[in-house]
Amino acid sequence: MNLEFTPEEQAFRDEVRAFIAENYPKHLADFGMREDMSPEDMVAWHKVLGEKGWSVPAWPVEYGGTGWTPTQRYIWSEENARINAFMPLPFGVAMVGPVIYTFGNEEQKAKHLPGIRSGDVWWCQGYSEPGAGSDLASLKTTAVRDGDHYVINGQKTWTTLAQHADWGFFLCRTDPTAKAQEGISFILVDMKTPGVEVKPIKLLDGGYEVNETWLTDVRVPVENLVGQENKGWTYAKFLLAHERSGIAGVARSKRGVEKLREIAANETMDGAPLIRDFDFARKVSQLEIDLAALEITELRTLAGEQAGKGPGPESSILKIKGTEIQQRLTELTLEAVGTYGAPYYGSIANDTGSNEYAVGPAHAQHAAATYFNMRKTSIYGGSNEIQRNIITKMILGL
Amino acid sequence: MDFNFTEEQEMVRDGLSRLVREQYDWETRRKAIASSEGWRPEVWAQLAELGILGMPFSEADGGFGGGAVDAMVIMQEFGKGLVVEPFVPTVVCAGGFLKHGGSAAQKEEHIGGIVAGSRVFAFAYAEPRGRFDYADLETTAKKDGSGWVLNGHKAVVIGAPWASHLIVTARTGGERRDRSGVSVFVVDKSSPGIVTRDYETVDGRRASEVYFENVSVPAEALIGAEGEGLALIELVTDEAIAALCAEACGAMKVAHAMTVEYSRQRKQFGVPIGSFQVLQHRMVDMYTAYEQAVSLTYLATLRLGSDETERKRTVSAAKVGVGQSARLIGQEAVQIHGGNGVTDEYAIGHYFKRLTIFDAEFGNVDHHMKRHVALA
Repeated sequence: MNLEFTPEEQAFRDEVRAFIAENYPKHLADFGMREDMSPEDMVAWHKVLGEKGWSVPAWPVEYGGTGWTPTQRYIWSEENARINAFMPLPFGVAMVGPVIYTFGNEEQKAKHLPGIRSGDVWWCQGYSEPGAGSDLASLKTTAVRDGDHYVINGQKTWTTLAQHADWGFFLCRTDPTAKAQEGISFILVDMKTPGVEVKPIKLLDGGYEVNETWLTDVRVPVENLVGQENKGWTYAKFLLAHERSGIAGVARSKRGVEKLREIAANETMDGAPLIRDFDFARKVSQLEIDLAALEITELRTLAGEQAGKGPGPESSILKIKGTEIQQRLTELTLEAVGTYGAPYYGSIANDTGSNEYAVGPAHAQHAAATYFNMRKTSIYGGSNEIQRNIITKMILGL
Repeated sequence: MDFNFTEEQEMVRDGLSRLVREQYDWETRRKAIASSEGWRPEVWAQLAELGILGMPFSEADGGFGGGAVDAMVIMQEFGKGLVVEPFVPTVVCAGGFLKHGGSAAQKEEHIGGIVAGSRVFAFAYAEPRGRFDYADLETTAKKDGSGWVLNGHKAVVIGAPWASHLIVTARTGGERRDRSGVSVFVVDKSSPGIVTRDYETVDGRRASEVYFENVSVPAEALIGAEGEGLALIELVTDEAIAALCAEACGAMKVAHAMTVEYSRQRKQFGVPIGSFQVLQHRMVDMYTAYEQAVSLTYLATLRLGSDETERKRTVSAAKVGVGQSARLIGQEAVQIHGGNGVTDEYAIGHYFKRLTIFDAEFGNVDHHMKRHVALA
């Protein structure tokens, strides 16, 4: 048992820290997830990393991965979180990419992997449907074979950032007679294909992050089928396990706690800094304790991966605890800003037309929006109730 | 022991309930809060006509002789519809200052307008660094001849964009955070030197930052005795807290009912999600939390006339308990609504947002827990 990083790992940390300091776009530092980010801003770091060869660190080396150990990957994500860097969107890098290099054919690998690595192609995920959220296998979107094409019809929802997407990966029912999970296929769709319509959904925080996506007689060449027809559920599950392991967000939450402490040192309560208030400080400490536990749990999972065990049902623990911590962190941050949690900064930014906010301290501006936005985390990626069901079945065997 | 409402109170509830149902349907509210005005003066006029705006004033002052229980009944109905019109700032806060501290002339000048709906108030008490402490004031009022000159910056003044008048707290003596030296003024919002910056709040209301730059007000603007305002502020804000707790109860009742209904309709795995025991128990916990919140709200409302310590303790108990229930019910309602719960289009998220912002108004759970402890 040894929790210390090796000298090699320390040297690696110094190297990535220097690289980030030199190359991360200055205007995006500490930007986080802000409503006013442009699509160009969102891929800016991805493109820099693509050129460096660091955009898909977890992939096998033959497909452009770095060959980093899980520990190195962990150090990498920590160093990025130190400046709250906006990381490459997961849809290409962490989701469809691994499915393509694991289950796709050579043509698909050659066609799609380079664009994912470079950040030139924006992907979105077409899984959920209005009637199929947590019960994903009940999805109704159909793909019917017509010569050398599939004709896709149906409606997807919660398609994150699909308004900017070039390509999407969709789960479609190809055998309506089969049992729920056995007639589903994994199909890649060029989002410019006629019949694809994307309509943004306004969320509670005032932003537009997800969409409704309609597919009406969308003709897709059969070569866009990944793997075998009707085996899509296998690929979908593989992808979801990958998605969950990234969902803990430890490094980001650590930066968030640091920020919370900064805010609470600047806010006053009864004439003293809020952070010296015992009740508040106790809640911050509780958060740090839970986060420390999660961090070690994630490191143990990574060590298991390093030893050749893929992310299994334990990743559900990371999802549950990680999202609970993110939610409590944003809740405490909103609590810390007190009265200035109430203004809707979207309305204020619009009326000045500049980045100068005349209302309240700068650290209050995104507190409420972020809190509202983070309620999604216990719902998406398989709700936390579903994660508990997974643990019940897969680990407890009940 | 009697938890029944009078026939009159039931009539008020029925009338308001109808008004909220008919005029405050979800789509109409959405349009109203998105409009440039952000509220509906015609609804305000209807409230005046129904006698709602005059309810808590004595008949001698031109009102209808109601009390705190009447305000509670009114606020519960407002909470059910997420009504944004400024009843608390105008009737409960400004009305409270006038009732408890106003001179005959001040009552004469303002109460009639409030009852008739022609005079709208906002309560400018919070400051950027004061954090729930009414005495932590940087705003000053200095004697100038027979009158006063105000300087300072008031934060997140709810309803100020709609207001014709402001109730303003300011330090007239003593050191920052001293209990003495705090005074209360009634100020015409169009007075020279008042600059406002208006904006929306995340829960659909409107507010302003209000800046006072050498604002001259006459001697008659002072409410109550000079430097003795803190006790009055604590009394009025305790009444406001009781009213806000009632509003939160109304909002929680609807949020819970909507969640139960949604769980009946929404199917996953071939059955309504309401058939899952894990969700059933959570909706039971929400229901329990709601009933506890109602009880604490009753208690606080009925103790508003008690001695100061008893009043403060029960009001703090309510703000803690209702705040905790509001958080639980808001968060669980969104979670059980799933993705729909985080969209702008579904009503449930807006109940959640109102119940979230409620916590920080006039002191959050931690603040009132401390006050409760200190008064033990």
